[in-house]
Amino acid sequence: MSKIVLLGMNHKTAPVEIREQLAVACRQEVNPLHMLPHLRHVEELVFLSTCNRVEFLFTCNSLAEGIREIKAALRTHIGLPASVPLDSYLYVHEDMEAVKHLFLVASSLDSMIVGEPQILGQLKKAYRDAIEYRAVKVILNRLLHKSFSVAKRVRTETCIGSCAVSVSYAAVELARKIFGDLRDKRVLLIGAGEMAELAAEHFIRQGVHRMVVANRTLERAMELANRFKAETVSFDGFLEELKVTDIVVSSTGAQEPIIRYKDIKSRMRERRNKPLFFIDIAVPRDIDSRVNEIDNVYLYDIDDLQGVIDLNKEERLHQAQTAEHIIDEETIKFRIWMNSLSAVPTIVSVREKAETIRRNEIRKTFAQLPNLSDREKEAIEILTGSIIKKFLHDPIVFLKKKAQRDAQAVYMDFAQQLFNLNNGASGADTAPVDSENADAKDQTFTAKK
Amino acid sequence: MESLFLVIATLCYLSATAGYLVYLFRDREQLHRISWTVMLVGALFHGAAVLMRAVSVGRLPVTTIQEALSLFALVFVVTYLILQLRLQLRILGSFVSPLAVIFMLSSSFLPSNVMPKSEFFKSGWVIIHVGSLFVANALFALAFSVGIMYLLQERHIKKKNFGFLYERLPSLERLDSIAHYCLMSGFPLMTAGLITGFAYAAIVWHSPWNWDPKEILSVVTWIIYAVLVHERLAVGWRGRRAAWLSILGFSAVLLTFFGASLLLSGHHSVVSGKM
Repeated sequence: MSKIVLLGMNHKTAPVEIREQLAVACRQEVNPLHMLPHLRHVEELVFLSTCNRVEFLFTCNSLAEGIREIKAALRTHIGLPASVPLDSYLYVHEDMEAVKHLFLVASSLDSMIVGEPQILGQLKKAYRDAIEYRAVKVILNRLLHKSFSVAKRVRTETCIGSCAVSVSYAAVELARKIFGDLRDKRVLLIGAGEMAELAAEHFIRQGVHRMVVANRTLERAMELANRFKAETVSFDGFLEELKVTDIVVSSTGAQEPIIRYKDIKSRMRERRNKPLFFIDIAVPRDIDSRVNEIDNVYLYDIDDLQGVIDLNKEERLHQAQTAEHIIDEETIKFRIWMNSLSAVPTIVSVREKAETIRRNEIRKTFAQLPNLSDREKEAIEILTGSIIKKFLHDPIVFLKKKAQRDAQAVYMDFAQQLFNLNNGASGADTAPVDSENADAKDQTFTAKK
Repeated sequence: MESLFLVIATLCYLSATAGYLVYLFRDREQLHRISWTVMLVGALFHGAAVLMRAVSVGRLPVTTIQEALSLFALVFVVTYLILQLRLQLRILGSFVSPLAVIFMLSSSFLPSNVMPKSEFFKSGWVIIHVGSLFVANALFALAFSVGIMYLLQERHIKKKNFGFLYERLPSLERLDSIAHYCLMSGFPLMTAGLITGFAYAAIVWHSPWNWDPKEILSVVTWIIYAVLVHERLAVGWRGRRAAWLSILGFSAVLLTFFGASLLLSGHHSVVSGKM
């Protein structure tokens, strides 16, 4: 029976250098799916790649061989030489762990920014690509569709997507409460640390497309600017930028405040009093806290943002639990389906064997009785057919019932020995094709008509 | 019939307000739709009542403060209903509908002594004068409600202390732009209303300015709004100060309306019975 495996790495497991490689790789057009014909032990394959994660979801007969092949494929994809160790950055989930992980990813619970909606679209694209390469069959087809519906369930039944979950998310939410639409707003990043990057990413997601970076080292500023299609200004010139900026994210390592009360006070009139929102995520703080007293100026430092998050901590915890529960529930449902699926090939083989015997015997009989009319032949066909059907009914019902048990493998093995299916019974490989939503039971009925 | 319609209208406004107050706590779109519709029904009955009155007395029914306030409530509700369609800011109803109820109820408690019949009130000038001023004041009342919403929301964000309303209220910029819109459309109407008033006074009393208390208060109100408009346009005043000023402005409107009509005497007064 084939195993589901999920192998990959994400922002939690891979260090920045490796993730940078990932970011380069995720812009490539080459899809590792084209290697599938060369992966002898891998049966089905879905490849998901975002800038923060790369994951191979596959089924294989031999676990060790399959994982070895996929690791090699991953190495080729992100262009790592064999000398760089990779194993410590990778996670490998098998079977239900893999299913659960996929569900977590799809519902954006495993994202860098929990609840961000992009991931589902990326997963759908990964699925479409896999279909294009004919890389998905029964199991992954079903699994991917299930993951989409799980994501939808999580989104509708919890507020994971909407409640503030991280400092930068909280900052963006506040900005939306001040400005409403952020699309025409201008964001100034002072300092280009990781936090600034995260906040910038969040603002980009909200449709901000005018962004300016000021950093002491220009190189880093340009790097960040490149990534977000932003402009750069010299670090000394950022105060002038304040006249045309709406949102400022400050995260420098300065020991003294770099923005003072009078810097802002004097510029508000030139700004025609347009609101100005400061997000100070630096420690020690970059911005004089008295700035908040100026009309139409709002200042939030890291503690304030933390306070916003803590406000709905309990609620968030509750929501996370609900989401977890949904995912566990769906994982169990999927396992039941998987289990019954493994009974399917057995049942199919039993029916096939019986049908083969029937046809052979009928052929012999008809050869000995050349005078039979068509009507009589038809009657014999029906007669033999219904004998087999009735005879096999109970064993098949038995098998289906056992399919829900953990010990099903034992029963399946027993049944296969009983009917002597293993020698030359090719039926074991012909699992029912397609029908993503059909229930396993329906499939056993329709598999052989 | 007419008073029955008024009662029905009041009941409609009351239930719409109740609906909108529940909406404040529960974000159900259905609730808003029902409340809006109930308010519309109320406005239809109210409109019918005002129309009957106008037909029966043969002039615009603004000669008693009761009539005037009732007509103003109607104009206010209709303005809200139309603006709501345009703005799609459902929470606005929770702040506007109580005002409508207050106007409506206070109109029924106010004295209804009628000014002596005067041919002056039959003129088309009066209709323009009263009409534009009422629409302007309705817009100012909306700006007043929005100003309160703004101040509440601004307080949440500034003090970093988030009440339950924080989630429900829209963004500051949205509120400010609505207030701006109300002000910029209300101010020209108010100016036009005042000018027609003075012009008509010049025709019937042969002098545009009669030191009538209402005239004085109106001009004071106009100056408040003129300052606000000027500051907004020229200096870019917005936000908290603008919200406070629009609240002050509408308080002046109310003072003009009630104060001049009830307490002081003049040719707008209904108490003294003087013309």
